[in-house]
Amino acid sequence: MRIADKFQELSEKGEGALIVYVTAGDPSLFLTKNIVKALEEAGADMIELGLPFSDPIADGPTIQAASERALKAGMNPDVYFKMTKEIREYTDVPLICLTYYNLVLQRGIGRFMRDCVESGINGIIIPDLPIEEAGQTLSEANKNGVDVILLIAPTSTEERMKIISSAAHGFVYLVSLLGVTGAREELSVIVKDLIGKVRRVAKRKVPIAVGFGLSSPNHVREVIRSGADGAIVGSAIVNIIAKNKGEEEKMLREIRGFVAQLKEATLFDG
Amino acid sequence: MYVNRYPREGKFERYGGQFVPEVLMSALEELEHAYTKFRDDPGFRKELDAYLREFAGRPTPLFFAKQLSNKLGVKIYLKREDLVHGGAHKLNNTLGQALLAKKMHKERVIAETGAGQHGLATAIAAVALGLKPEIYMGAVDMERQRLNVFRMKLLGAKVHPVESGSKTLKDAINEALRDWVTNVETTYYLLGSVVGPHPYPMIVRDFQRIIGMETKEQILEKEGRLPDAMIACVGGGSNAIGMFYDFLDDDVSMYGIEAGGEGIETGKHAAPLVAGTEGVLHGAFSYVLQDKYGQISTTHSISAGLDYPGVGPEHSFLKIKERIKYDYVTDDEALDAFKLLTETEGIMPALESAHAIAYACKMAEEMTEEEIIVINLSGRGDKDVMIVAEKMGIKI
Repeated sequence: MRIADKFQELSEKGEGALIVYVTAGDPSLFLTKNIVKALEEAGADMIELGLPFSDPIADGPTIQAASERALKAGMNPDVYFKMTKEIREYTDVPLICLTYYNLVLQRGIGRFMRDCVESGINGIIIPDLPIEEAGQTLSEANKNGVDVILLIAPTSTEERMKIISSAAHGFVYLVSLLGVTGAREELSVIVKDLIGKVRRVAKRKVPIAVGFGLSSPNHVREVIRSGADGAIVGSAIVNIIAKNKGEEEKMLREIRGFVAQLKEATLFDG
Repeated sequence: MYVNRYPREGKFERYGGQFVPEVLMSALEELEHAYTKFRDDPGFRKELDAYLREFAGRPTPLFFAKQLSNKLGVKIYLKREDLVHGGAHKLNNTLGQALLAKKMHKERVIAETGAGQHGLATAIAAVALGLKPEIYMGAVDMERQRLNVFRMKLLGAKVHPVESGSKTLKDAINEALRDWVTNVETTYYLLGSVVGPHPYPMIVRDFQRIIGMETKEQILEKEGRLPDAMIACVGGGSNAIGMFYDFLDDDVSMYGIEAGGEGIETGKHAAPLVAGTEGVLHGAFSYVLQDKYGQISTTHSISAGLDYPGVGPEHSFLKIKERIKYDYVTDDEALDAFKLLTETEGIMPALESAHAIAYACKMAEEMTEEEIIVINLSGRGDKDVMIVAEKMGIKI
C-alpha cells in the first residue's frame, strides 16, 4: 500500500497515522523481521526501517548506539534490501527507508531507488539531504515511484516551508524541536504553531507527520490533536530493544504493548 | 583563473555543498550573510588586523633554513606559523571567526578539535574576545593530547569528551554538529578547517589566506622571485589552502602532503586525496576514506591533526584540476623529519608540519641548489614530544 493511500484510509477512519522507527539489524539481522512483525501486529500504520550509517549527525545517543549495534551485526545495503524484500512478503504496511546521503550516493542514486522498489520500500527519508541538494534524488525517486519524504524544521523560513511542502511526497516530516533524535520527557511547546504554519504556507494539501522527541502515548495524542496527520516514534522503541537485547520474547512483548498504546492514542476519540 | 572565482553557489564545481539537517540550513544562510557583510567592512578588518598583529604576532617570519638547505642541496624557506600565539596557524582562523561570532551576537562558541590545537586556538580567541568556549574532543585524542586538554581548561573552556564512533576528530565534529543542531539560535559553531558545509570552507580559507599573502611579499623581497615549489601538510587542509591560495594563478608547483600512516598499502593511513574516493562527510561532497557501501573508515596517523578521513572540498577541486599535487609520507618519515629539523635548525616542528618537511627531503633529490622550496611550518612540536619519546622508546 502506498503512503498516500494509507493516510487517506486512516483519515476516512478518523485516525492519525502511527509511524514507528527501528534500525534494521538491531540487535541482530535475524531479530529485525520479528520486530517488524510485532510492530505491525500491534498497530503501527507505517514502519521506518533505518539503514545505519557510521556517522549519523542527526541522531542522538539512542539511535547512534542502535546504528553501531546493527553495523556490528553485519548490516549493509545489500543485506538491507534482501531483508526488506523478505519482510515485504508478509507485511502490507508502507515501509520507509531512513538513511544518510552517502550510502545512497555510493550505491548510485538510481540503483538505490530501483532497489527500494524491488524490495517493496515505499518511501525514503534522508535527514542530511536538504532540498537544495535533492534534485537528482527527487527525479530518480519519481521515476521509480518512491516517495521522498522531506523534513521541515522549526528554523525553516516560510519560504523554505513553501518550497519543501510542494516538493514533498508521501508526507512532510515535521521536526518538533531543535535537536537530534531521542526520547524526551516533554513535547516541544511549539509543535501546534508549527503545524499551523506549515498548513498555512503549503500550496497544496500534504499530510504532516511530527517526529523527534515523541516518547509516550500522551505525546502522540497531543500531536494528533494539534492537527498532525501522523506521529513518529523512534528512540522510545529502540530503547526497548536495547534494554532487552538478550530476551527476545520479553522484547517483543514490551514492543507490542507499547505500540498498541501509541496506536490507541492516534484515534481521534481516544 | 582560480583566485576569487570559487565557491559558486556554495560549490567548487562539483565539490562542497550543504549536506546537513534542515534545522541548520537557516543558520548557514545567516552565517554566510553575516560573513559577506563583515568581510568587506573596514571596521571589522581593522579590528581583526590589530588582533592578528598585536595578539597573534603577525606577520610571521619567512625563515631561510640555511643549514637544512646546505644539507639537502636546495634553498629551503620556512613560513613560521609555529610562532603564531598558541603554537600554530589555527589562531588566524579562530580570531576571525570569534570576531564574527561577536558581531553576530552569539556568546556561546563551540568547536571540535583533534590534536587540541584548534580547541586551544578557539579557547584563546574566545578569552580574548569575551566569549564562552565549549570544545568537543574525542576520548582517544584527549588521552593522547592530555596537555592540550589541560591548557584548554586553564583558559576556561569546557571540554566535552566524545565517546562515540572512533572517538577521534571525525566523531568530535559529529558531536559538535549535534550540539549546533540543538542550540543553533544561541551558538556559533567555530569550525577549525576548510571542511564542513558551505560557507565554512570559504570562511576558513579566507582567514588563512594571510599566510600566503605574507609569504608572497616576503619571498619577493628576499629572492626577487617566486619559489619553484611550495609544500604544506593536509589534514582537513586549512594551512595548505591558506599558504597556496594566493599563488594558485602563479607559475609555482604545489604539493599537499597527507598522512601516509603505516603505509597506504596497510590501510592504516589518513590520505583521502591519495587513496580515497568521492563521497559526503560532514556536510560536503569531497574525497573521503570509506568502504564500498559508503561507511566512513577509521584512520591512522602519528599526527592527531591529520587523523581525519575527509578533506576540504576545495582541495578535491584542485586535485581534479591537477593544480596541486597531493602525495603522502609515512609516520616514520615524518618522525625522521621531526628529528632532522630539530637537529639542523633548532626548530621542533609539529608532527603535522613534519610531513611537509619529510616531503621536501624527498623532492630535494631532484632539485638544484638554485631552486627554492617554501614549506609551511604550520605548528610547533612541543605538544608532540611525548609521542616522539614513546616512538623512540624513551620514557620521560
